[in-house]
Amino acid sequence: MNFDKEFDASGLACPLPIVKTKKALNDMKPGQVLRVIATDPGSVCDMEAFAEQTGNTLLSSSTEDKKYVFFLKKA
Amino acid sequence: MATKKMAIIATKGALDMAYPPLILASTAAALGWEVQIFFTFYGLQLLRKDLSGIAISPLANPAMPMPVPMPVIVSMLPGMEAMATSMMKAKMKKKGVASLEELRSLCQEAEVKFIACQMTVDLFDFEKSDFIDGIEYGGAATFMKFAGETDVCLFI
Repeated sequence: MNFDKEFDASGLACPLPIVKTKKALNDMKPGQVLRVIATDPGSVCDMEAFAEQTGNTLLSSSTEDKKYVFFLKKA
Repeated sequence: MATKKMAIIATKGALDMAYPPLILASTAAALGWEVQIFFTFYGLQLLRKDLSGIAISPLANPAMPMPVPMPVIVSMLPGMEAMATSMMKAKMKKKGVASLEELRSLCQEAEVKFIACQMTVDLFDFEKSDFIDGIEYGGAATFMKFAGETDVCLFI
């Protein structure tokens, strides 16, 4: 999937993957896609909850090599 | 969708109890919530410029995981608190847990409002210069004004 920006949250624990994802989205334009990589297993549920509450769209959530990869479309 | 609001009363100054207010506040702010934290009693420690004094004690803390079982009489010895604190901080760093300083500045960046309880500031003889910039001072009525409008209100 194409993306406009990437944020690597590997090694970061709650709440940093979410808080820093929000920061990464701040300077993006509506409709642009952010790819987030995380190693915190809690980030799978958290990213869903983040998208639901902020109106950003979680295009996909998957696991690759013990890493969690998310694609978020900015609202 | 109306902006959700959260108010937190932070009353504790030990390392483990310092985290929840800052974690919840920074997360709620990232979700677009309006957040205020009212710091009172030992919670004021979290507003100090220097957070290096924030510690955790194994004494009277039976739930604290220790590498070896430790009788209470040993936990009382001088230096045990410093040892437990540095072990906990090292473990947190290894596991990617943010420092209190980092969480606090993420909160401030995200416009979480920090209010220091004036009564306890005076009680403990704190000076405004002991605290970080960008905080407000107020009393219970100040807090209640905002707390009354919130969706979530926590006492920690």
